[in-house]
Amino acid sequence: MKLTKTLLATSALTVAAAGAYAAGHGMSDSMTLVSWGGAYQESQDKAYLQPYLAMNEGVSASWDESSAEAVAKLRAMNEAGNITWDLVDVVASDAMRLCDEGLAMEIDHDEMLAAAPDGTSASDDFGDLIVSDCFVPQIVYSTTFGYRTDMVGDTPPSTVCDVFDLEAYPGKRALQKRPIDNMEWALYCDGVEKDAIYDTLSTDEGVDRALAKLDTIKSEVVWWTAGAETPQLLADGEVVMGSTFNGRLFSAIAEQNQPIGMLWDMQSFDLDGWIIPAGLSDERKARALDFLKFATDTQRLADQAKYISYGPARASSAPLVGKHETLGIDMAPHMPTDPANASNVHIYDYEWWADNRDDLDAKFQAWLAQ
Amino acid sequence: MTDATSSQTPGGAAPNDGRDASGQMIAADGRPLKKSLARALRAQKLRALALIAPLLLFVLITFIAPIADMLFRSVENQIVSDTMPRATEALQDWDANAGELPPEEVFEAAYYDLFIAAENKAHTRLGSRLNYEESGMSSMFRRAGRGLDDIGEVYQDQFKDLNGDWDEARPWAELMGDATWISQLESWDGESTAPRVALRDDIEALLPRTAEAYQIFAEFVQTVDEDNPLEEEPWTMVHTALYQDLLDVDVSGYSGPRADMLKAADALVADPTFETITFKDGFEEIDEDWLLLENWRVIKAYSPDYTIGYFATAADLEKTPDGISLRDEDERIYAKLFQRTLFMSLVITASCILLGYPIAYLLSNLPMRTANLLMILVLLPFWTSLLVRTSAWKVMLQNQGVINDTLVWLGMVADDGRLQMINNQFGTIVAMTHILLPFMILPMYSVMSTIPPSYVRAAKSLGATNWTTFWRVYFPQSVPGIGAGSILVFILSIGYYITPEIVGGTSGIFISNRIAYHISSSLNWGLAAALGSILLVVVLALYWAYDRIVGIDNVKLGG
Repeated sequence: MKLTKTLLATSALTVAAAGAYAAGHGMSDSMTLVSWGGAYQESQDKAYLQPYLAMNEGVSASWDESSAEAVAKLRAMNEAGNITWDLVDVVASDAMRLCDEGLAMEIDHDEMLAAAPDGTSASDDFGDLIVSDCFVPQIVYSTTFGYRTDMVGDTPPSTVCDVFDLEAYPGKRALQKRPIDNMEWALYCDGVEKDAIYDTLSTDEGVDRALAKLDTIKSEVVWWTAGAETPQLLADGEVVMGSTFNGRLFSAIAEQNQPIGMLWDMQSFDLDGWIIPAGLSDERKARALDFLKFATDTQRLADQAKYISYGPARASSAPLVGKHETLGIDMAPHMPTDPANASNVHIYDYEWWADNRDDLDAKFQAWLAQ
Repeated sequence: MTDATSSQTPGGAAPNDGRDASGQMIAADGRPLKKSLARALRAQKLRALALIAPLLLFVLITFIAPIADMLFRSVENQIVSDTMPRATEALQDWDANAGELPPEEVFEAAYYDLFIAAENKAHTRLGSRLNYEESGMSSMFRRAGRGLDDIGEVYQDQFKDLNGDWDEARPWAELMGDATWISQLESWDGESTAPRVALRDDIEALLPRTAEAYQIFAEFVQTVDEDNPLEEEPWTMVHTALYQDLLDVDVSGYSGPRADMLKAADALVADPTFETITFKDGFEEIDEDWLLLENWRVIKAYSPDYTIGYFATAADLEKTPDGISLRDEDERIYAKLFQRTLFMSLVITASCILLGYPIAYLLSNLPMRTANLLMILVLLPFWTSLLVRTSAWKVMLQNQGVINDTLVWLGMVADDGRLQMINNQFGTIVAMTHILLPFMILPMYSVMSTIPPSYVRAAKSLGATNWTTFWRVYFPQSVPGIGAGSILVFILSIGYYITPEIVGGTSGIFISNRIAYHISSSLNWGLAAALGSILLVVVLALYWAYDRIVGIDNVKLGG
């Protein structure tokens, strides 16, 4: 009985003390970070969170692997009036939608984020990658193709159009079950100039043309929805080639020694980064901003590249990218932004897709169901 | 009940043989029997209700209410009239089919609506909503939020050049505000509740538009930004309103605060060199899409508070100002998915019956020990994670999977002619039959185990063959189990989502996969709710049909 009382009293005191400490600093002492799970979240944990926790004693943090449903869940939390997340890792298009819906806080990049070591302001350092007022870019990744080196004969595929060439490369291909990227690749391989892709896709004829091109390989396509599927399909020999995120292919090739080759041609650049949910209390917002400033500074972004082959979003981080933490190989050549890999890239148009995604998705799904 | 019987026993003999003057039965206490009985029953009912009340409340709050709320979204459409109240009002008189753009008044109303919406960050939300109906409206609204300042700046700049005070917070407050409000603002610390915005009556009468715009601005600054209107320069919307007012009214009689400033501005506006811009031109400069007739037709079509637009989309129809029409063929998908979902659920239910019946029969006829062992085998997959079981089927069925490898090894199929058993309907049917099988076997088993074996023996002793015994005696008694199992399996499979998503490919996905897509990816919750409502109605209709044909009394979940 006495023991329980003592325990209770002590814990009450601890809570009160912690509260007083937090109040004194105006920052909450716990936060919930949301990310994608797997190797990617682990790289964030090692490069950002653990160093931050080491610097800030008494702060605790937990991960929630919900980034894939972040937009829907944030909307539901907002309607329920109870936001439980402090910092959310989302792709750029989702950040735009969250900003549009008023679910993410607007960020003043220069005021809230660290400048580069040479004094360049954060907004200049990130440059064009700040695609939304609410978005703090973190990595550049790409959706690109991998192929089975032992299943493509003596001449491995060299352009994205080999995906559409069933004669030279018979067998199944894995494509993501969404119109984005696939429509652009189809038009490109149907002879549309890269600059004209979105103009073409804006017309009904352009959409039909893209779908007609995809029709030529439809019977041989395995459609994926989760990024882990293509590496698995490749490893099982289920498909000859398939699109997925470049980091997934890197880990299948470099860490698991699978007989897989990278096809960087027309890789589709995309961004991933942080947003802070709108409507946080001042203490929680202060903590989230404090962490955000630390986690997106030049050194931290470069550190993340030690664990995963995604390019840091700051221009000033690129020269600092070093070797893989355990494999000891140079990471720079595996980055989607490396000049050798980025000789022919596809730049994904966020605004265009924000406008046309509902319409094209309906057409794409109807086409799939035919 | 007891009252009634006791009143008729000889011992408790009541006068008139238990009847009152009018011939009604009466109870021992002299009340009419009917009332007394009703009272006793009511008490019983209340007690029963009290017992289930916690559960009822729990179900209501955590299940019925959220579902009802979600389904209600399928018709809800207040967002348009809430975000653009003036414009939807002005659009009432516009004929969407006349082939002409809305008049200047509509653009004017839209300007004020969107300016306020942009400050509240509500304009992009409306843009996302309307983008479901017409591609491109999302960025049209996003650009309006960024560009609307350009219109007001035309006026703001000219007023500012005339007198710098027009771009200052304090002079504006003195011109518009009530003296008490201003003094309250001076002593307001920014923490406590803000003083109520009060404008002077004479200025409200003289400059109605400006007063309205300033009032909205001041309230927003005080309550949302928690700033002091004495320190925040007004939005450009207020300058636009002032320009419009000065065009209409004569301010020469005004003698309140800042009269000189106002009169000078009036003179400036009257000057022919004063630069103006129509709202329509302003919108055109922001984004040419604002001058597309089709976009205004969509805004008008979706301006009522409630819409059947989502249901129309869910039925592959399209709601336009002209009425409802069928969608283009390349956009029709939902009718096909509903049909496929129903068809595949029926196939899955049928294969569950075929596979489950013999097992349930075996289970109920084996000795207890063996039956228990078999039962565990039935239940074991039931306790395994759904994802694990589905992924296991993937390993089994894929092209380089266990089954294909075995067939190739046995020489039954050629190496380049491996069977396609996954990412199609076949894969979905196999995996879902396996997953839902326990839901069929368990009710069947519990019904079969209550069928007395003596019936079968009696039939045989009367000379029936094995088949006749089974078909005429045993099977009819097991039908309630089949009914219960079928309802469970069918209703579960009609709303199934995970398994079709993983093994369904393109031809094996269900309507629930599209619902999930609209909930979590496209965020079109209205459409998801409409699809869900249709699914619910279909299930209820089938349940009703089942009740009419088979009879729900024939369904037994246990002995």
